[in-house]
Amino acid sequence: MTKEKRQILIFLIFALALLITPFFLQGSYYLNVLVFIGIHTMLAVALNLLLGYAGQISLGHAAFFGLGAYISGILTTRFSLDPWLVIVLAAVCAATIAFVIGFPILKLKGHYLAMATLGFGIIIYIIFNETVSWTGGPSGLSGIPSLHIGSWIFDNDLYNYYLIWIITLAVMLLSINLSQSRIGRALRAIHDSEVAARVMGINARVLKVQIFTVSAFISAIAGSLYAHTMTFIAPASFGFNFSVELVTMVVVGGLGSIYGSFLGAAILTILPEFLRFFHDFDIIIYGLLLIIINMFMPGGLISGLQSLAEIAAAKMKGKTRGDA
Amino acid sequence: MLGGMLTFFFLVIFGLPLAPSIILAILISTIVGITFERLAIRPLKNAKPIRLIIITIGASIFMRGAAMLIWGKDTHALPAFSGNDPLYIAQATILPQHLWIFAITILIIIASRLFFNHSIIGKAMRACAYNAQVASLVGIDVKIMVMLSFAVSAAIGSMAGIIIAPLTMTSYDVGIMLGLKGFCAVIIGGMSSGLGTVLGGLLLGLLEALGAGFISASYKDAIAFIILLLILFFRPEGLFKKKETERV
Amino acid sequence: MFKNLFRIIFTLLFFVLLAGAAVAAPPIKIGALFSVSGPASFLGEPERNTAQMMVEQINKAGGIKGRKLELIVYDTQADATKAVQAVNRLIKDDKVVAIIGPSTTGDSMAVIPVVEKAEIPLISCAAGIKITEPVKKWIFKTAQNDVLAVARIYQYMKEQKISKVAILTVSDGFGSSGREQLVLQSKDFGIEIISDETYGPADKDMTVQLTKIRGSAAQAIICWGTNPGPAIVARNAKQLGIKTPLYMSHGVSSKRFIELAGDGSEGIILPSGRVIVADQLPNADPQKKALLSYVNGYRKQYKVEGDHFGGHAWDAIMLLKRAIERGGDSPAAIRDELEKTKDFAGIGGTFNYSEQDHAGLTKDAFVLVQINQGDWKLIK
Repeated sequence: MTKEKRQILIFLIFALALLITPFFLQGSYYLNVLVFIGIHTMLAVALNLLLGYAGQISLGHAAFFGLGAYISGILTTRFSLDPWLVIVLAAVCAATIAFVIGFPILKLKGHYLAMATLGFGIIIYIIFNETVSWTGGPSGLSGIPSLHIGSWIFDNDLYNYYLIWIITLAVMLLSINLSQSRIGRALRAIHDSEVAARVMGINARVLKVQIFTVSAFISAIAGSLYAHTMTFIAPASFGFNFSVELVTMVVVGGLGSIYGSFLGAAILTILPEFLRFFHDFDIIIYGLLLIIINMFMPGGLISGLQSLAEIAAAKMKGKTRGDA
Repeated sequence: MLGGMLTFFFLVIFGLPLAPSIILAILISTIVGITFERLAIRPLKNAKPIRLIIITIGASIFMRGAAMLIWGKDTHALPAFSGNDPLYIAQATILPQHLWIFAITILIIIASRLFFNHSIIGKAMRACAYNAQVASLVGIDVKIMVMLSFAVSAAIGSMAGIIIAPLTMTSYDVGIMLGLKGFCAVIIGGMSSGLGTVLGGLLLGLLEALGAGFISASYKDAIAFIILLLILFFRPEGLFKKKETERV
Repeated sequence: MFKNLFRIIFTLLFFVLLAGAAVAAPPIKIGALFSVSGPASFLGEPERNTAQMMVEQINKAGGIKGRKLELIVYDTQADATKAVQAVNRLIKDDKVVAIIGPSTTGDSMAVIPVVEKAEIPLISCAAGIKITEPVKKWIFKTAQNDVLAVARIYQYMKEQKISKVAILTVSDGFGSSGREQLVLQSKDFGIEIISDETYGPADKDMTVQLTKIRGSAAQAIICWGTNPGPAIVARNAKQLGIKTPLYMSHGVSSKRFIELAGDGSEGIILPSGRVIVADQLPNADPQKKALLSYVNGYRKQYKVEGDHFGGHAWDAIMLLKRAIERGGDSPAAIRDELEKTKDFAGIGGTFNYSEQDHAGLTKDAFVLVQINQGDWKLIK
């Protein structure tokens, strides 16, 4: 089997597994959790394009997520525009902002880049909080309509599940393609050494801004979908903490792996459910997780799984050979 | 954060007098700083900055969580070092605690300047910051230098937490914004320039206060970060530093 | 003969025991959403403690009609996403018959659509007026509206002939809702707001805003926020030597505030639930019995003073208990009985729910207290 074919197969199995999952979870609360995992996966994939492939950190990605959510929320509640149109509009808006600030911001490196993106995130967060007449301020914006196609309204977990996951799967497919295209290879070159990449004729600067824009675009879509499924949004969901949580998802799952992003998003969304037994310990466990994974598994959990699978496969092979 | 909370801890829980509490708090923060360097940063000495940043974030989350568990979520008030009665100088009122802050800050600046410019260890540390490989070639133990720098910054950080706590009170989540503002000040002033950092801090505070007065206080933090972004965009080397050419 | 009688009695006894066991078997499940950690933990923690204490007490006394209560608490961390996940879990997995909480207005607004769709009664412990206005069929609340607190302060100011005030509010849910009401009601009481300042929830220094206010002709300053912000305002005001009387909101009516603000708290006036001045109340006060039992019980169990935030959870549990006693444990019956609640003297005030009113309190729910030598003093 060629590498390409194998990848298509993996994706198809993955997609199929997700699409039949609801039949085992009828009416369960976990369906609702899976809806959030879908949204978080979209965000993690978006951030992974930037962090994992291009190697550029962003501590302000919650801002793009929030921009999507708020633009959707405001335009649909105050101007009763068509939600689908607004999703596109919001994504384009966020992408434009990313494009404009991308040039000066992505010129920076390391700590400076982290600080600049963080600053951007906090500024946007403050704007959500303070423009009360538009955003409803800190106590939030309610009454956002659910999405609908004709008379088909996405207002329960099952419909939302399919809505979110079909879009998420599309985003994942797009990202996998992107990462294997010429652009993906160029991005990895930038990640390894920007200087070397430039020497080889890659326009690193423009490329970084482009990927930043794409990432913001996807994040904003996730934000809009979040607003329409929750029907309520408040600034607290788009603050610094959430940006950090997103980075954690990507790191835990595996830098530069699309499936890793799914794994990271799933773990960090479900983890609090289990950590409830530990009550207030969850914040400590987050911190430890971040440190430990970073120190001992720089490739994230997905690479750990892969090497585990490889070891298992090798053992199996060894065994069959031994038997024969 | 750690400084303030620890002082509170020794002061109130153990009923120790103020001075020993502060010294113990600084000592423990320093030890925590060294431990963190030893356990988390050193094993990764050749890692990309991105991983170091993420680890630092992880560590700060962890410490905040630990502080929350040990001391609870409440805000604690620390007594002022010497009374709470304002002094009147001309029209302005000033608290004794303000004077303490000024005095200690100036002391720290002078001490760090002397340390970095005139002591062997200080010079060695600067050499490491400039180029670790070359530094190790001339016989400087880079590992020890990095550890020392963590210790010094943890100590100064906790000192800052302690002297400001009587004014702002202290709780497990007090550190983030202060830390971020500190970083702003450093960037405004320019990295590794002591005086520049102080000027940066002053300028930041002044602009924030002016912005709050003229525009709106609710955008105070936004103003601080807009300034940060502008400086990063147009003068990433800081306002008070001569431009260095970067060669690749 | 004698043997037969014995046999009959024995059989009867057996059946009674069996019936009793069958009745006692399934506990009534009640869900609770509190922000036990995160920025609003000062609300969620006493609320959770209180709810757990109440359920223990009720169960120890034999439960409701012989059935025990089971309380399932989830932490929302004052995050809308987590609140929605938790409420879904309560409804779909735990299958609770009623929910108390969330602690904050934001979380409440986030879970309301879910709860309404599932048709489960919810008694919110948050203060925002949006929660029960317009009236929503399944939603009630126990926390006093900001409207009432503002009215109480303005009424007092009018009596004191204060007509020009400066307001300083925190830019979070609590503060912005208070600010809205302060501005809205000022005209009704003939009060002019001549300075309108805000500060951020994490701000550590409010001297800038206070300096601006000092330069104005305000006769009083009203600060609207929850700890630690107002404590810093009180300290800053003292540092700046401001002599203008300072008013605060019910958001700081816990002993913590006095500890944090130190000398700066002296003389501050604020509206509060009766809980902090329970022992100063006249014996005729209908709430006194409930208040004393709550205050003493909380002190015994948790070794700290109960505050009026915990009181919101006390009220919510007691309201539920009464509703279940009267109408049984189906969500619809609980809702209907809740709406019929009349003259229930709880911690927050005397509740009267009706079809048009799911908040149930009047401005008598608040008393004004002044801080005097580090303690509360009821203003008569």
